[in-house]
Amino acid sequence: MSATVLRRRDFIKTGAAVGGGLLVSLYLPQLAHAGVSANTPQLVQPNSFAPNAFIRIATDDTVTIIVNKSEMGQGVYTSLPMLVAEELEADWTRIKVESAPVDAAYNHPSFGIQMTGGSTSTASEWERLRKAGATGRVMLIAAAAQNWKVEPQSLHAANGFVIDATGNRRASFGSLAKMAATLTPPKDVPLKDPKDFKLIGKPTRRLDTPAKVNGSAQFGLDVQIPGMMTAMVARPPVFGGKVRSLNAEKAKAVAGVKDVVQVPSGVAVIANGFWPAKLGRERLEVTWDDGPNKDLSTVGMREQYATLAKTPGLVARKVGDPAKALAGAAKTITAEYEVPYLAHAMMEPLNCVVDLRAGSCEIWTGTQFQTVDRMAAAATAGLKPEQVQIHTTLLGGGFGRRANPASDFVIEAVQVAKAAKVPVKVVWTREDDIRGGWYRPMWYDRMVGGVDAAGNPVAWTHTIVGQSIMQGTMFEQFGIKNGIDGSSVEGAADLLYAIPNLQVDLHTPKIGVPVQWWRSVGHSHNGFAVEAFFDELAHAGGKDPYELRRTLLANQPRMRAVLDLVAEKANWGKPLPAGVGRGIATHFSFDSYVAQVAEVSVDKNGMVRVHRMVCAVDCGRVINPDSVKAQMEGGIIF
Amino acid sequence: MEGTPVVITLKVNGKQMNADVDPATPLLWVLRETLGLTGTKYGCGMAQCGACTVHLNGEAIRSCVKRVADAAGKEITTIEGLSPDLSHPLQKAWMEIDVPQCGYCQSGQIMSAAVLLAENSNPTDTDIDEGMTGNICRCGTYSRIRQAIHRAAEIKAGGAK
Repeated sequence: MSATVLRRRDFIKTGAAVGGGLLVSLYLPQLAHAGVSANTPQLVQPNSFAPNAFIRIATDDTVTIIVNKSEMGQGVYTSLPMLVAEELEADWTRIKVESAPVDAAYNHPSFGIQMTGGSTSTASEWERLRKAGATGRVMLIAAAAQNWKVEPQSLHAANGFVIDATGNRRASFGSLAKMAATLTPPKDVPLKDPKDFKLIGKPTRRLDTPAKVNGSAQFGLDVQIPGMMTAMVARPPVFGGKVRSLNAEKAKAVAGVKDVVQVPSGVAVIANGFWPAKLGRERLEVTWDDGPNKDLSTVGMREQYATLAKTPGLVARKVGDPAKALAGAAKTITAEYEVPYLAHAMMEPLNCVVDLRAGSCEIWTGTQFQTVDRMAAAATAGLKPEQVQIHTTLLGGGFGRRANPASDFVIEAVQVAKAAKVPVKVVWTREDDIRGGWYRPMWYDRMVGGVDAAGNPVAWTHTIVGQSIMQGTMFEQFGIKNGIDGSSVEGAADLLYAIPNLQVDLHTPKIGVPVQWWRSVGHSHNGFAVEAFFDELAHAGGKDPYELRRTLLANQPRMRAVLDLVAEKANWGKPLPAGVGRGIATHFSFDSYVAQVAEVSVDKNGMVRVHRMVCAVDCGRVINPDSVKAQMEGGIIF
Repeated sequence: MEGTPVVITLKVNGKQMNADVDPATPLLWVLRETLGLTGTKYGCGMAQCGACTVHLNGEAIRSCVKRVADAAGKEITTIEGLSPDLSHPLQKAWMEIDVPQCGYCQSGQIMSAAVLLAENSNPTDTDIDEGMTGNICRCGTYSRIRQAIHRAAEIKAGGAK
């Protein structure tokens, strides 16, 4: 066995493509102890074997997998352990899951920070976690080989045991843990041939389900720590507003209200529970300075956007000569699409527990953005990042809101703890959550298309108007190129349909409403506009919307395959009951190809009813088929 | 003084418990904060989402709008009291079908479903849709919830598959 210590560099690709200098600078000090930092004490435990930052094997045969991704429903607390367990040859029934502390060892392999987002968890951990598992397996086998004085090549591991060539001598992982802990991790480890996978690709029950059906699952809002107070913040009614004057007398008169403190985001009421905090907040007398956004209105923005949409913006993609093709088209159509600001509206409203002391800050919250939040909390508290500990709880939904580029809900909670001088849980009500901003932007799209005499599309122009979510964030330098925020045009500029003359362009107005990524990001609006307009164009040319898609996807075999599959399963072209119609759409995002057919009726009052949805997906390698299915079921609804 | 506490005796999951709270406090916050039963969730505070559903004398209620004083002396059952060991047919069905995603709404879903099943041992899809309409799931697990309620009805009737 090699005596070279596994260097964390081997695990982390520094991601020149997306990382760049800025993100590399976010790397935190590293301390090498078999891949585990000294400031992560939970990993270094007596009587256990931690071959790397992701695995801890206890002498009682428990295998704990430390997951560096936040579980918000997408199933990472099951699919990522499957990757480790597959190569470790662990007994799946003895797997336990723990959320990772904040440490560079857990950074996203391409983004360079610890975070969950961008639909990247399984793809980005695919190799690293299998290697982590394989490293553990090789070391356990080496330990058994030493014990039995045989060559490690004569041994293999299966189901939580190391077994010799005869099959008669077996040692459980737990019994080998102490010995394995004395060995040096190997430099490189072989990975399985995918045909030998026992877990990967097999429908596997979620490890977090039992705790989610008996009330024991712990979300951020469930955290209670000694001496903790509940805080609720009165925030300005207009984004960017400030407190002009405050009278807290009546709030302080509510039983259970302990204090009222001012923080940069507003006024915090500190109380011994949710209810007195809420009552106290209702009794606050605050006058607000509405600030620069006081005259901002949806009506005004809509007019501004509609005007902008009539002129071309910065060109994100151009093919052929769309102006000429439109001029020569047999028929042209124009359509405008608008979608509103959308709140993420996770079932669990935002919350954050902070215990701030001299020289330390401990935080409990359901976050998707550990590194960013830790640095922000440290800066706010006047501490070093390593003095801030974040416990990532389960997330009652995330959808991007809990990866806030400004760490808004974490910074505010640290500010409240600092001002109140007690451990606090800052709780957002549902109203706070919906009013709190950081929405999916409002968008206005104008599309012009043309078909030739045979009804085939010959031109397509798409002008997109909306705020940038990357502007002003740490992601700006790689998210915005030549003035174009890639997320504003994703799902539009990368149109897969072969239309010979095409232009997609973008206007990026600056508006004072805070916006950020939202489930599926740019695809959420562009997918809608693109597919709706494609149908209009098919209709204008007298073409069947399935057949036309099929024709224009001739060079996109994976998309064409899901399109054909969904059409077949949905009985495309077969009769339906009176009043019911079918619609078909495809979309490519985050390396997945999806096609869906909807059976829909509209009653005489305009009420739309969806009777049936059929969905086909090609997402490449599947870890847990049931998780993919669940994600698609959920994605159809939201 | 507004919000002055008084001692209220509650019967939760078969146990008598005392809570020294403002009688106007919603039952939800007494369960979660005073009694430490955090399985019942806060989602909206206005009986619009169902995350806070518990049983009061066998009826499904939204604990976020129920004054604790009005729950005194009545039988309160929370998700923690549904079964001691995940053995309730709904819990079995929920695990078999892997209903939860984020899981935050599922306590409320299960508590609503328990009353639905108690009143109708073999509900149709329409019965389920109507009975469960007040429980929102942002992850979109509705079709699995429906499937799991049918399965729980089977388990309750003798486990036939």
